[in-house]
Amino acid sequence: MPDNLLEIKNLRIEATVYAPGEKPRDVVIVDDVSLSLARGKVMGLIGESGAGKSTIGLSALSYGRGGIRLSGGEIRLNGKQIRGASPSVLRSLRGKEVTYVAQSAAAAFNPAKKLMEQVTEAALKHGVMSKDEAEKRAVELFRTLSLPDPENFGNRYPHQVSGGQLQRAMTAMALCPKPDLVIFDEPTTALDVTTQIDVLAAIKTAIAETGVAALYITHDLAVVAQVSDEIMVLRHGKMVEHGTVQQIIEAPREEYTQALISVRSIEHEQMQPTPAPLLKVDGVFARYGSMSKDVLSDVSVELHPGQTLALVGESGSGKSTMARVITGLLPPRQGEITFDGKPLPPALKQRSREELRELQMIYQMADVAMNPRQTVATIIGRPLEFYFGLRGRKRDERVQELLDAIELGKGFGDRYPAELSGGQKQRVCIARALAAKPKLIICDEVTSALDPLVADGILKLLLDLQKREGVAYLFITHDIATVRAIADSIAVMYQGRVQRYGPKDQVLSPPFDDYTDLLLSSVPEMELGWLEKVLAHRKMTSAGN
Amino acid sequence: MKGMTLSALLGLFITGLFFAAAILAPWIAPYGMSEIVGDIWEPSSADFWLGTDNLGRDLLTRMIYGGRNTIFVASAATAVSFCLGSILGFTAAVYGGWVDQAMSRFNDLVMSIPTLIFALVVLSVMPVTLPILILVMGLLDSTRVFRLSRAVAVDINVMDYVEAARLRGEGQRWVIFREILPNALSPLVAELGLRFIFAILFISTLSFLGLGIQPPAADWGGIVKENREGIVYGIPAALIPAVAIVTLSISVNLVADWALNRTTSLKGGRGA
Repeated sequence: MPDNLLEIKNLRIEATVYAPGEKPRDVVIVDDVSLSLARGKVMGLIGESGAGKSTIGLSALSYGRGGIRLSGGEIRLNGKQIRGASPSVLRSLRGKEVTYVAQSAAAAFNPAKKLMEQVTEAALKHGVMSKDEAEKRAVELFRTLSLPDPENFGNRYPHQVSGGQLQRAMTAMALCPKPDLVIFDEPTTALDVTTQIDVLAAIKTAIAETGVAALYITHDLAVVAQVSDEIMVLRHGKMVEHGTVQQIIEAPREEYTQALISVRSIEHEQMQPTPAPLLKVDGVFARYGSMSKDVLSDVSVELHPGQTLALVGESGSGKSTMARVITGLLPPRQGEITFDGKPLPPALKQRSREELRELQMIYQMADVAMNPRQTVATIIGRPLEFYFGLRGRKRDERVQELLDAIELGKGFGDRYPAELSGGQKQRVCIARALAAKPKLIICDEVTSALDPLVADGILKLLLDLQKREGVAYLFITHDIATVRAIADSIAVMYQGRVQRYGPKDQVLSPPFDDYTDLLLSSVPEMELGWLEKVLAHRKMTSAGN
Repeated sequence: MKGMTLSALLGLFITGLFFAAAILAPWIAPYGMSEIVGDIWEPSSADFWLGTDNLGRDLLTRMIYGGRNTIFVASAATAVSFCLGSILGFTAAVYGGWVDQAMSRFNDLVMSIPTLIFALVVLSVMPVTLPILILVMGLLDSTRVFRLSRAVAVDINVMDYVEAARLRGEGQRWVIFREILPNALSPLVAELGLRFIFAILFISTLSFLGLGIQPPAADWGGIVKENREGIVYGIPAALIPAVAIVTLSISVNLVADWALNRTTSLKGGRGA
């Protein structure tokens, strides 16, 4: 019996990119990475997007996504070399010795089949066990993963269970054929914090009870610290640091790891409310189309000039609907919105150009918020033209000023959005909003699609701009750490209502109501044993569970 | 033209040849269009490269002039159908609601009548002139373009950047022409190649049935009609237009495929 279950040596992964207008060229995605994983151990792979962590994870299945070649090195599973093994060898391996848990369970399940059929499929196909045995094992796993009504859970279809439950069902699917190794590819990233903690706990229990080994891939160091034994930090396809969880968290050696651990170091002094609020939302009720239930009920908040109001809550709490109501995309059913002392017409069409100008919006997904066929100069220049009638040289000068303000240099004006990185795209969106010289910018989850270090830069930029331009932000987010960093006042939303509202220091200090307590305690902390501690003193579970 | 594939170059070359022949017809055709220069259905020879037709006219000359008419009518009809179909389709998608419903259901109504029968009915009561022919073909074909462009635009219309333009206060015209059109180009270009070929087939069919381009003017469908009896005697004259149509369709679509790749890759950058 070999010592280690999985042994990867000097792995090299390449792909050919077909950049438009250039000759196809080879790029190295993973370069000289080695790792070994003993039976029953969990290794966390961590890094920013593009670090190659998913690619390495999939290489343990000897699989390369879309044109990726495992071009060098050794991958040994149970002592067998599996890099370049024949398709029939790989077929007998995948789903039996190694299984995979994908990030988006909703996209990974076949919506037309019942869960039980899909959970037991791999075990039956490989003849590991009989149908009765497989179903019995599945029910046991459902129970281990604390899914509701484990006996009958498998009779449901994927759309009949929540996102968090589906992610756990997928874990059951991966564990059902009694594999030696499970690859978890960002299994909790798409979930709300309050749901994430349940899934995390379930995965941890399941790993411990079945004694399986796992590669746990994530970009969130705090999450990986809760479940793994060792951590490997990756960057640009290379290994940065490898060590035990304790060593990485408590005494990181490399500068990059230290930066990852110390993100969210932003200082922001909380401002006091002024007598005249800029935005006043008063008793707003709203619903979509012919729905019989209100998405927002009796929401009242105030935002003061030059300050930041954070709307926090899990998905479905109505925080994005708030943005739609304020921008006029969804006129409220009842209630009033006052902007700068004057009532704001409820529908977009009734608002004057000046009212539109003073209220700008930044979106979560910067890549779809910009027209891919317009250059950066057109994107930023259009509001200048539209609101201020700037043309020609004057316009170009102002565009350059704005580019400087978002810390992008010369030459960016001619680029298309596809030629920018994620963080640069979000900066251009900020410049587009700023171009209108607004009094209020609504930021809808602007940092949640970004890597932590990049998100940090964006938040710093937003705070700088606030100081310089005196613009107010309505900051919609599910991330408490962001809120702590930048907010002046906070509204916690839960199922369409404002659960708790006030200046930051009051909202974030006890006594808490049950929901705020749950929300605050669910944010993963970079501390060993945090998960157990939180689970021990919880009073309620999330609505999405 | 950098980065053109071999197939695209070949397609472009052949398409160019067809269009050049059509434009320069009076100068390159060896004989007059309806000039009787030889015997009936002569085989190909040094004088008559493709032989002669059922009246003793030079077939190459007829093919060149015929190509001129066919390609002109097909291009014009395709242009009409694309301008009309895509603008109406985008409008329906952008306005939505009852405007969309009314336009789409009317479009369904027109589409439910077989195109050829519709065209035959209309052309049998109207005088068959070139503008009428182009208009009828263009209008009928625009129903297909309408459906495609509406479907594409409905998807684009819900993108955040279109919402951002609306929040800025942009009018529908900016939304349609500046936000939606550039992003709907890829599928429309692919459709353009296909529609052009269908238009050629359509005008040929009409001419074959006697309701298209009227003799003595030549056109490919007309040439098939005039020479179809020759097939019985083993005379290939009627098959030559068919070869021309196949060659042109393949080469146009090679170019369209390349244009499609190019416009799609623009999404990921500026392209070559």
